[in-house]
Amino acid sequence: MTIRIAIPSQAKVGEIIEIRTLIQHPMETGFRRDEYGRAIPRDILERFSCLYNGEIVFEATLFPAVTANPYLTFCTRATESGTLVFRWTDQRGEVFEETADLEVV
Amino acid sequence: MSPETPSGQIAPRSAVKRRQVLKGLAGGVAIFAWPTPGLALPEDATRAIQALFGDRPLQEGRVVVELPKLSENGYSVAMAIDVDSPMTENDHVSRIAVFAEENPLPDVVRFELGPRAGRASIKTRIRLGASQRIRAVAQMNDGSLWTSYAFTVVTLAACVVQG
Repeated sequence: MTIRIAIPSQAKVGEIIEIRTLIQHPMETGFRRDEYGRAIPRDILERFSCLYNGEIVFEATLFPAVTANPYLTFCTRATESGTLVFRWTDQRGEVFEETADLEVV
Repeated sequence: MSPETPSGQIAPRSAVKRRQVLKGLAGGVAIFAWPTPGLALPEDATRAIQALFGDRPLQEGRVVVELPKLSENGYSVAMAIDVDSPMTENDHVSRIAVFAEENPLPDVVRFELGPRAGRASIKTRIRLGASQRIRAVAQMNDGSLWTSYAFTVVTLAACVVQG
């Protein structure tokens, strides 16, 4: 599972930073059929959370209308140096995680 | 433009290409005839909005939904949502929900945010099964609901094409 996070390594106190995330996932809708006409079962990521030093700062609920390899850009205010955790949960409850460090000066 | 041979005939390579294109088009017709899940009607989107936010009034404004006017590939359409809010402790966006009027499911994506977000500005990519309006509803911390929509023409619809 490839996860890519783009985040500035350093920010000023109070600065609003943009975070870009991408996770490799088919986001199979459950609406498609294979070449024999059989329904392809739904397989999607349902939740996304971003935690900043343990506190949730942004969350998303994903539906099949989100593309394969979900891409998500959002903002957060740089408050203190620390770690951001990016967490995706699929429909079976499996968790995929990545972290990034932010230095606030 | 097809490259031509010295004799003036169309080169075999481009002839093959043309056949493939014609085959592709014929396949396209067959694909569109394939039984597809029923697409949601705008009423379904309205019901989905009411299911999430109740019967509270929706005010037009403060929300901007950005989509390309023409989406060549319904499998991946760039969408940006911006909500006009100072994002302070006392005045911020707490939730944004996006609805597609003509997709098999009206729900597209939802976001939960607050003052820690700093700015209510989100970008993602979505799938669209037809040309349609995409509506975003933003709930503020005072409970008020604001909404706007964008329309996009989809050339190649997602969900319809198999494989």
